[in-house]
Amino acid sequence: MKRYSVFAVAREALRDHMGWERAWASPEPKKRYDVIIIGAGGHGLATAYYLGKNFGITNVAVLEKGWLGGGNTGRNTTIIRSNYLQDPSAAIYEKSRSLYETLSQDINYNIMYSPRGVIMLAQTEHEVRGYKRTAQANALQGVTTEFITPRRVKEIVPIINLDGPRYPVLGGLWQARAGTARHDAVAWGYARACSAMGMDIIQKCEVTGIRRDGGRVTGVTTNRGDIDCDKLGIVVAGHSGHLADMAGFRLPIESVALQALVSEPIKPCMDCVVMANTVHGYMSQSDKGEMVIGGGTDGYNNYTQRGAFHHIEETVRALVETFPMVARLKMLRQWGGIVDVTGDRSPILSKTPVDGIFINAGWGTGGFKAIPGSGWGFAELMAKGHSPLCDAFGLDRFYQGRFIDESVAAGVAH
Amino acid sequence: MLILTCPCCGVTAEETEFHQGGEAHLTRHGPGASEEEFHTYLFAKENPKGVHFERWRHNNGCGKWFHAARDTVTLEVYGTYSAQTLEPPQVIRDAITAKRPGWRWREFA
Repeated sequence: MKRYSVFAVAREALRDHMGWERAWASPEPKKRYDVIIIGAGGHGLATAYYLGKNFGITNVAVLEKGWLGGGNTGRNTTIIRSNYLQDPSAAIYEKSRSLYETLSQDINYNIMYSPRGVIMLAQTEHEVRGYKRTAQANALQGVTTEFITPRRVKEIVPIINLDGPRYPVLGGLWQARAGTARHDAVAWGYARACSAMGMDIIQKCEVTGIRRDGGRVTGVTTNRGDIDCDKLGIVVAGHSGHLADMAGFRLPIESVALQALVSEPIKPCMDCVVMANTVHGYMSQSDKGEMVIGGGTDGYNNYTQRGAFHHIEETVRALVETFPMVARLKMLRQWGGIVDVTGDRSPILSKTPVDGIFINAGWGTGGFKAIPGSGWGFAELMAKGHSPLCDAFGLDRFYQGRFIDESVAAGVAH
Repeated sequence: MLILTCPCCGVTAEETEFHQGGEAHLTRHGPGASEEEFHTYLFAKENPKGVHFERWRHNNGCGKWFHAARDTVTLEVYGTYSAQTLEPPQVIRDAITAKRPGWRWREFA
């Protein structure tokens, strides 16, 4: 793999850009791998990358039924933050955020990490108390956040309307080192790094069955033939329940559609991310100038990847209250992804009832921010059988009633 | 946008008039249940890619609960029926079989 650098750009500029090589290979599947990861989204590719980088396991295949990064990795609103309440969440999300800071250098691929800051608006007394508590918890966890006054909110976001008709802004939880990154680049960068380590990324390869022998996984059946493996990682977000069904167990997960939309591009007007959880809407401005807007999930299980129209209306109505200028914007496009929601709004990084099968799922409406940390922890779990980052997120917590309740931090907004 | 017919009051309306209440036909285990049974009741969801039996409430109408059979991929509503039953009625099952031969749902098929 040729390194990307300013010299490479200069070199290619002098020869009509004919020397760029393919970022990753597209090999035929082999008969057997040490590890198979199902799902070439951010989490799957990050898992493969850290398996190779941290544990030297490179006989790995990443199978993808569609195209690389075409699921939720390409459908989110690219927000990265770690201001969660519970200690296990803060640990994995902060690990993730700190890995994001240097990820471009680490994988030699510009993921455009922009620590522009995230404000979560407090618009009810209840939220004020909740976020003050979160700020205190974050201080103990070593996550830098602060509770700020409405005046400070207005300084950071001049376009905001502080005294909205229904919910005036009473303050905000501010994380200055949170921000955004280019979501596709995260998947592409990890894929390129995995391919360079000799791993096989196999696209258009749909898993149709999981083969087991005496309670242990032996391989998978795909539309491109049978592939054997020692260990299998299921990292398929919204389709986790479907894959778990193939492997013969159930998950405490429900899949629903979550939507996002972007406006026409406008001049820079907001240089941070603002989330308004009470009214169900959040917004940031992309480098292209589009306002990137996210809202709530559908009210019922579905696998449609589009979402119900009235949720767009709810989201936009909420944002017009908070940012009156949005009322004059045209919306360019809308899309949906299938998110896997657990009862306590925390992920599942766990062994399963089948030996050799591991599952990384349940990131729900907020998986993008967790990609590097999730990959880091899940790779350790798959290689060594346990990981300090993942231990609290086992499937057993639902038997033991040991929930990691993040319904406030997760709320609606990601 | 789903269009549902409430079997209690007979009104046909858009989904904004209703609220989904999770999986239908769960066995509600109580005191004396094993941990496995209680876990299945509370958490182990069916979450299928296909036929889904679920509870709905006619929130902005008669306020009563009922059941619906719906496809989670096509969003087709196969039918709605009274919640006063332990399993889906035969006419609903037939309607599903006509569209999706070979479907299954926990112990029903």
